[in-house]
Amino acid sequence: MLSKSAARAFFLIGTIGFSVIFLLLTLDTIRRVPEQTNAANLTPQAIAGKHLWDKSNCMGCHTILGEGAYYAPELTKVYERRGPAFIKAMLRDPEAMYPGQRRMVKYDFTDEEMEAMVAFLKWIGEMDLNGFPPEPTLLPVAVPTPAVGADVVAAVERPKVFNQLCIACHSLGGQGGIVGPALDDVGNRLSYDDLVPWLTDPQQIKPGTAMPKLPLSSADVVELASFLSQMKQQPSSTGEGSN
Amino acid sequence: MKYQSQKIAYYFFAVSMLLLCLQILYGFIMAFAHVGYDVLHAVIPFNVARATHLNLLVVWLLSGFMGAAHFIIPDEIGQELYSPRLAVVQLVSLVLVGVIAIIGFHFQWWEGRKFLEIPRPLDYLVVVNVLMFIANIGMTLWRSTRRTTTSIVLFMGLLSAALLYLPGMIDTTNQTMDSYWRWWVVHLWVEGVWELIMGAILAYLLIKLTGVDREMIEKWLYLIVGLTFLSGILGTGHHYYYIGTPSYWLWIGGIFSALEPLAFFGMAVYAVAMVRRGGRRHPNSLALSWTVGCAIMSFVGAGVLGFAHTLPQVNLYTHGTLVTAMHGHLAFWGAYAMLVLGMISYALPLLTGRKLYNTGAAAFAFWTSNIGMVSMTAAFAVAGVTQVYLERRVGMDFLAVQEELAVHFWGVVLAAALFTVGILAFVYTFVKSGWPVGEVNASVPPEYA
Repeated sequence: MLSKSAARAFFLIGTIGFSVIFLLLTLDTIRRVPEQTNAANLTPQAIAGKHLWDKSNCMGCHTILGEGAYYAPELTKVYERRGPAFIKAMLRDPEAMYPGQRRMVKYDFTDEEMEAMVAFLKWIGEMDLNGFPPEPTLLPVAVPTPAVGADVVAAVERPKVFNQLCIACHSLGGQGGIVGPALDDVGNRLSYDDLVPWLTDPQQIKPGTAMPKLPLSSADVVELASFLSQMKQQPSSTGEGSN
Repeated sequence: MKYQSQKIAYYFFAVSMLLLCLQILYGFIMAFAHVGYDVLHAVIPFNVARATHLNLLVVWLLSGFMGAAHFIIPDEIGQELYSPRLAVVQLVSLVLVGVIAIIGFHFQWWEGRKFLEIPRPLDYLVVVNVLMFIANIGMTLWRSTRRTTTSIVLFMGLLSAALLYLPGMIDTTNQTMDSYWRWWVVHLWVEGVWELIMGAILAYLLIKLTGVDREMIEKWLYLIVGLTFLSGILGTGHHYYYIGTPSYWLWIGGIFSALEPLAFFGMAVYAVAMVRRGGRRHPNSLALSWTVGCAIMSFVGAGVLGFAHTLPQVNLYTHGTLVTAMHGHLAFWGAYAMLVLGMISYALPLLTGRKLYNTGAAAFAFWTSNIGMVSMTAAFAVAGVTQVYLERRVGMDFLAVQEELAVHFWGVVLAAALFTVGILAFVYTFVKSGWPVGEVNASVPPEYA
């Protein structure tokens, strides 16, 4: 049976050997990280965003690069998913964006600070993360492709701003948020002329509504109203695809 | 108990007890927020509760390790502590830094880096504090002529833990490198040098409680800590899969972290084997329950549940979800919380002279806290797997998924309530044992103290 001195030798050689390998790998990692993370694009503004990120302990609720807490959404790809306008609106007044939902601390960031945070999140979203976050591969199986076009021929394509802003709270074809009502049959209820003032300032039309005034340009409003007004469903198919 | 200065351990243990209770309180704040009752949002928002919960854990465990060291080292080497006064100063300053840090968190004075939230100026104080501790234990060892393997492994573990606090203070503006160094601290602590401390304390407790020959136990100690570093050092790679580091970490981290359960398995087998081999029946059977329980639960929590999501193809989906919380709770409980509670269970009757070890409350504490923690882990597991499926596989919206998970967080709350009852029973026994006025008798043979 193994002697105590042999056991000690096993411990010492193993530990020292693997520590050396680990240090060498660390040196190589330090050498490669700048390219993999596009460190050249790490502007002073993005660095200011990183400091703001740390100072506010965003990791205390959110995850970034999959690290942090599990109380609020993963933010690695938030720039691509929601866009700068949504991020800034959210930072300005989280409660207005998600009324009655899980609450986020309202930080009184200046415009400059908000731009910095957006720059930081943009930089984070562009790095090579070896395939993280993964695409939801079961999506096509679990939810059939959106009903858009089943009942109507879409004349206006789904605007990008819809995919970034509206989908955060509303669903279409079973995909999206659950805070607001599903939009599969919104065209049955509201016309283009109803939608334009509604999207421009919801509080004006229906005081006290949970729908926030979103950071939309007038071109966005026109595009969204055109798109939404064609979302119609026949009575027979109502309910299908909206949950 | 053979030495007067061992009594200092009592005060470190008392601090641990208090901080553990506070940690549980902040855990409840978070669990209730998860089910929609974030009633303290204006005063203690989630990120404050979270930072406090994690840091209280780290500080109460460290305080427990320090207490254990003050108790074990004099006994092992057969000498009083180098400076009991320095130990008192060190404990008081540890408490001060801890209190300032926790209060600071409530005013957003922090670093916002998971586990290492303590702000930089306080980091320096932590370093000074730990230096005091290391100096005191180091001088005690230095002056001794009888340095046992157990005492040296314990000291090396504490010294390496202190040194590994430093990489967390490397300044970097790149989020990837920030994470990279952060894991040098967190991973190399809990899956590296803390296991040295764990191995040494377990070895000490097994020598005392089972009466098995020291040579035999210490040989195994070397093998197990050897296995720990063999797998654990490169196992750090399982934190470097998806944070912007090179892709070779996927297979290096995968292979070596898959070996990590071996060290914990070794620890469990070794504890059980020594108990079966040992002829002595120490009257403090509950300390033995905690000791063996620690070895087994660390294998389940850190080994098995860690392995459950350590492979890169699994971790791609579980990274950053509640699956991590599932593993984290049972791993910290099994490996380190049970270790400190076991050490307290062994040392307390000797420190206070009141042998309350076979009371109903003490046994109740052991079983209730363990059943509570296993149930809590199960609730986190169901929540985590559901989250992975709905959010990562099906692509459901974050908040919609959280609504589905609320019911499992009620499970977490219930299990945590059970766990809390167990811990309160433990604290009750602690308080009931009274002050450290136990008899100091140097003539007791070391193995029968």
